[in-house]
Amino acid sequence: MSEVIVVTSGKGGVGKTTTTANLGTGLALAGYKVVLVDTDIGLRNLDVVMGLENRIVYDLVDVVEGFCRVKQALIKDKRYEGLYLLPAAQTRDKTAVNPQQMMKLCQELKEEFDYILIDCPAGIEQGFKNAIAGADRAIVVTTPEVSAVRDADRIIGLLEANELRNPKLLVNRLRIDMVKRGDMMSIDDIIDILAIGLIGVVPDDEKIVVSTNRGEPAITDDKALAGQAYRNIVRRIRGEEVPFMNFNEDQGFVDKLKKLFGLKAN
Amino acid sequence: MLLDLSKIFGKPKNSKEVAKERLKLVLIHDRANVSPQFLEMLKSEIIKVITNYMDIEESALDIQLTRTKSDDGESTVPALYASIPIKNIKSSGK
Repeated sequence: MSEVIVVTSGKGGVGKTTTTANLGTGLALAGYKVVLVDTDIGLRNLDVVMGLENRIVYDLVDVVEGFCRVKQALIKDKRYEGLYLLPAAQTRDKTAVNPQQMMKLCQELKEEFDYILIDCPAGIEQGFKNAIAGADRAIVVTTPEVSAVRDADRIIGLLEANELRNPKLLVNRLRIDMVKRGDMMSIDDIIDILAIGLIGVVPDDEKIVVSTNRGEPAITDDKALAGQAYRNIVRRIRGEEVPFMNFNEDQGFVDKLKKLFGLKAN
Repeated sequence: MLLDLSKIFGKPKNSKEVAKERLKLVLIHDRANVSPQFLEMLKSEIIKVITNYMDIEESALDIQLTRTKSDDGESTVPALYASIPIKNIKSSGK
């Protein structure tokens, strides 16, 4: 069964493209046939994150407008068996594509691929509507910041209004040290506010910057903490139950006392 | 009366608590997708109806639009949350 998964967030810069690149690579490494679709027309970046920027000939808009066939626009990633990229156009804007065209494209890609990962642009306008049009499920990326969580909440509402039920949350760039100090919202805090299911937590990791510099997804780095987190998420996408790492704050003395006396549920 | 230990020994509120509180407030309005006046109108109408039957603590009345898990636990649905402290039930309502 093929599946179209949209990676979205509302706010820009929270890690949608990095998430798409890593999860797609991970799924390909697990033996699936995967295509990454960049729908950020005019501001494409999935190509550089994947290190495939020099191989673009045709793009999403060329396909939709019928200038080429889907197969001609797909870039095969020679490093990972079964992984392909459909890049966005850089010299057009979001209005170059409409939701009906995206639905048709997704249907076509489903015949060929096991997983179609859609990298959604920031915002809630046309680009977002295009990105979610053909999706079967959604991953909402956020960071533990007020602005990103607020935008994630808005996106969750819009997804549900568009019949994309049960989106899953990915919390990116968690700083475990800051959570322990009480200076960053914990996973429980964010889940409590957004009231949706969690698919994964990716700790803040310098190695993401290094891997993006090189155009090699961090998921292939065995030593990277973020890579491990992405590998866990890939397993959850495939339906496995993988326990979450413990990222919660240390309990203070008072909390421990309260718990001892049964004053605090835990 | 139960002593709240954290109030005696506790540290000042850390920044994540501030973040949570601010977020919760801002999301009430975001989710309502209506003006704050809408909630105020709703609140005053609710007070009007309830005071026919009971005395309530108007200043402590708390009404929020939030989200909750649906009955099947599969999706989330909007919910109106109202906390209305009652001072006294009017017997004339019998």
